[in-house]
Amino acid sequence: MRQSLLALLAKEPAHGYELKQALEQIFGRAYPPPNIGQIYVTLGRLEKDGLVRAVDVEQSNRPNKKVYYLTAAGRDALDIWVDEPSEGPRVRDEFFMKLVLAPMTGIADRMALINRQRRHYLGLMRDLNELADRTDREDYVALLLIEGAMLHLQADLDWLERCQEDLP
Amino acid sequence: MSEPPVVRTVNLVKIYQNGGVPVPAVRGVDLVVEPGQFVAITGPSGSGKSTLVHMLGGLDPRTSGEIWLDGKRADTMSESAWALLRRRKIGFVFQFFNLVANMTVADNVELPALLAGASARDARERREHLLGALGLTGRADASPAQLAGGEQQRVALARALSNKPSLLLADEPTGNLDSRNTRDVLRLLGEVHRDGQTIVLVTHDARVASMADRVVTLLDGEIVDDGALGTARRRPRGTAGDVVELRG
Ligand SMILES: Nc1ncnc2c1ncn2[C@@H]1O[C@H](COP(=O)(O)OP(=O)(O)OP(=O)(O)O)[C@@H](O)[C@H]1O
Ligand SMILES: [Mg+2]
Repeated sequence: MRQSLLALLAKEPAHGYELKQALEQIFGRAYPPPNIGQIYVTLGRLEKDGLVRAVDVEQSNRPNKKVYYLTAAGRDALDIWVDEPSEGPRVRDEFFMKLVLAPMTGIADRMALINRQRRHYLGLMRDLNELADRTDREDYVALLLIEGAMLHLQADLDWLERCQEDLP
Repeated sequence: MSEPPVVRTVNLVKIYQNGGVPVPAVRGVDLVVEPGQFVAITGPSGSGKSTLVHMLGGLDPRTSGEIWLDGKRADTMSESAWALLRRRKIGFVFQFFNLVANMTVADNVELPALLAGASARDARERREHLLGALGLTGRADASPAQLAGGEQQRVALARALSNKPSLLLADEPTGNLDSRNTRDVLRLLGEVHRDGQTIVLVTHDARVASMADRVVTLLDGEIVDDGALGTARRRPRGTAGDVVELRG
């Protein structure tokens, strides 16, 4: 969330609640809505790191509100984040660990493990299909995220097939 | 409850001869498909999926074992009896399309309906509906050679559904499609399934397989798994964020 807050503040200074609303608007249903507490905690850390600064703005008959803006160091941190390539997916798959270690336990049958996992993945795929159907056609951000999840799941299934073919 | 299964095989075997060397492609498959069921068949390349559905459609003779369709013994039928059966109640989508080259898309799709005895008007309406559902209305007058692979594939599906077959056999019907066209195919398959047609469909595409009631997995010509999809759904159901985790 750090980077998304920095990016929003690069556009214009804002207070915590405005940032929360902006995130909800951009990511739509695709991203668990951040709660205001998490946003203030993150802003506090960014402030401590010198990436943002806050000014108190007086409001008539209400408590002052803190408006945050990006510092030069914040701008640099944001540029670095945008410019560098992002990590690729790492394969640190719990199921694969089970599969490789199963014979040592003497209990689990590999074929049964793989079959159960396939059915589970396909059940998740069905959920994603239904989710895509229920998602507003205009909500491109959410639809692209769902499609990304589907493609990852397809890769996991293809990998499962390879495991089934090649593991003794 | 007394309705017989649409498909039943008993110890079904196919052994090809490859220059005198026997190649066992399907090795003792027992499969029962009930009326209205949607069964997806998955498995690695060479595991015998195409061979199995070809045998179910009478396109490839079995080596041994039995095939029963709608309660009637089918593996002992003559070629012409198979042809009649396919015309009346089986729709087949080939992995490599097999469209009639010197006919337009529209005629390719109408032909099976006409052969099954539909009136010219019904065949045309059916064709218009299917091509529309698959986003191909604008290609009706093209010839197959003028189509992209993904378009040919969708025409092949439309053709297979043209005679409203009670049994649809489809071999990788989305193998060449991008995700938007796959969604059209999924929607049409859902419609066909809701109408009560029985579907046996070979696929590598998990989006397609996940629509099935049941998934059968082949490995080296044998069934190694056969059952319903996982039901361990994540609760509570809610936003995409519950399923989709952004990295970072
Ligand atoms: N006409 C044929 N002559 C000889 N061998 C064949 C013939 N057709 C298929 N085979 C062999 O039978 C086995 C099963 O082939 P099949 O086409 O059924 O596999 P598949 O599961 O459909 O694979 P894919 O996912 O690549 O389509 C393979 O070993 C294949 O080489
Ligand atoms: Mg095949």
